[in-house]
Amino acid sequence: MKTSLSAKVLLGAAALVAALASTAAHAQSVAVTSIVEHPALDAIKDGVRQALRKAGYTEAKGLKWQFQTAQGNTAIAAQIARKFVGDKPDVIVAIATPSAQAVVAATKSIPVVYAAVTDPVAAQLVPSMEPSGTNVTGVSDRLALEKQIALIKQVVPDAKRIGMVYNPGEANSVSVVKQMRELLPGSGMSLIEASAARTVDVGAAARSLVGKVDAIYTSTDNNVVSAYESLVKVGNDAGIPLIASDTDSVKRGAIAALGVDYHDMGLQAGRQVVEILKGRAPGTMPSETSGKLQLYVNPEAAKKQGVALPDAFIKSAAHVIR
Amino acid sequence: MSWYSLWGALEIGLIFGLVALSVLISFRILRFPDLTVDGSFPLGAAVAATLIGAGADPFAATLGAALAGALAGAVTGWLNVRLRIMDLLASILMMIALYSINLRIMGAPNVPLISEPTVFSVLQPPGVADYVMRPLLMLAAVAGVKLALDWYLATHHGLALRATGANPRMARAQGIATGSMVVTGLAISNALCALAGALFAQSQGGADISMGIGTIVIGLAAVIVGESLFNSRRLAVMTLAVVVGAVLYRLFVALALNADFIGLQAQDLNLVTAVLVTLALVLPLLRQRLRGSRRRRC
Repeated sequence: MKTSLSAKVLLGAAALVAALASTAAHAQSVAVTSIVEHPALDAIKDGVRQALRKAGYTEAKGLKWQFQTAQGNTAIAAQIARKFVGDKPDVIVAIATPSAQAVVAATKSIPVVYAAVTDPVAAQLVPSMEPSGTNVTGVSDRLALEKQIALIKQVVPDAKRIGMVYNPGEANSVSVVKQMRELLPGSGMSLIEASAARTVDVGAAARSLVGKVDAIYTSTDNNVVSAYESLVKVGNDAGIPLIASDTDSVKRGAIAALGVDYHDMGLQAGRQVVEILKGRAPGTMPSETSGKLQLYVNPEAAKKQGVALPDAFIKSAAHVIR
Repeated sequence: MSWYSLWGALEIGLIFGLVALSVLISFRILRFPDLTVDGSFPLGAAVAATLIGAGADPFAATLGAALAGALAGAVTGWLNVRLRIMDLLASILMMIALYSINLRIMGAPNVPLISEPTVFSVLQPPGVADYVMRPLLMLAAVAGVKLALDWYLATHHGLALRATGANPRMARAQGIATGSMVVTGLAISNALCALAGALFAQSQGGADISMGIGTIVIGLAAVIVGESLFNSRRLAVMTLAVVVGAVLYRLFVALALNADFIGLQAQDLNLVTAVLVTLALVLPLLRQRLRGSRRRRC
């Protein structure tokens, strides 16, 4: 008796779901999803929206804009991907790797623009950074390491040995270390590595570099960024200049960082969205990396770590931390 | 809501139906509060994705994932039974350990499967849309697991397992080795959860280290929703109920994702889902009240 009643309830629920099924098609629609709400990822979303507004795509003129976050849950990311594909928007913007993978796995036809994916090729979103020939294009947040090496030379012109502290369990960091190992000898420098598998190991790893290196460079490694203060303590005590990639680390005591501006990355992805809305096929557009990097400089930290920064260098910075 | 998102909810719901069955075995049948599933779900995904990436057959990779899950569950049981570590703590220890083990297995925080063969792509017949085929395949798989579980729990061994959960002292008095029953039960439970993880990775494009977060919460919610809808103590009904509960939970999430027409926003999703699940839970109570008041009037 109870079971049959439950069955009726289920049927009722199914009917409700079917009744809500909408079939309306929209003229111009953009659906944006990100894995979690987070200042950098939100800045990308706002950048996309601003680029659309600049190109004349506003809600007043009939643009349908949709935004969903998975609240850090991959199962919800998969459901959002299915929902978006079912809604058939003109473009789906997917922010961060898990969200982008879920969307690309769910559709082979709706144009997808990814953003904030460090290695889109390893994530199998696109076969290469060239035009993909598929429905996918986007903007990677990978840093051009040549520019990072140039920054190290500007801050410490006579540096020969560069130390790096990183987490061997983080794919992005491992790939940066591997590239630096190949690139540094070309500029007359060598790389000395110190691994920190946990955040509490960062200080010890940095101390192991004292006396062996002329400067310490760090990527956007999550462990290192979380425990940057312990790196700063070693840098200040032993007089080793610190150069970072995460711009926030400059406020915490690094001398300088040349990092991605996520709002700008959103604008860049937004321009790709506009081109697709105007009729260009995403498969003909190459994947991009962020061209515009912002220089953050902290002269106070330079003094503590024994570096005299030229005035011209400080003036060239977008943000000077006092 | 579109049909595409409806089929998607069905597919993901059925995958989490396996998680619900897993939680039913540990929490309800064995009465063992097992949090290992938060680690064995991504473990299954990691093993399957890594093996497929290395060129293994998707079915063999999925089977390997289930075996890895069984091993993880057995270790939790062993920690509890042999080393006398409290049940909840034993499972927490295993859950923490699995995070590192999963990273080791994958060699990176994320292993993609977008351009690799999967059990779904291998079984995909031409002429049927894949978003319809995947839920149908999952339906067949979950139905198979449910029937196998119903059969097993009615065998001599299965009855011993249930006795261990229902009354361990009585079970021991009847000559049941309760310790090895706990290990076996947790192995079966976590094998199912790892199987779910393996299938989820193959349906949604890859394994990610963050996949396990909150698996236990969703599994428990599915079990409780299912139990409140089908109020029965018959085992075959219970196993059906928790799978229905898992699918309903996903339908609620899909509904919540479409709630923007009443002014709700992206960040309200979890709240809307919680409200819908609460409604499902109080529904049987309301029904009872309604029936009670009618009876009084007569």
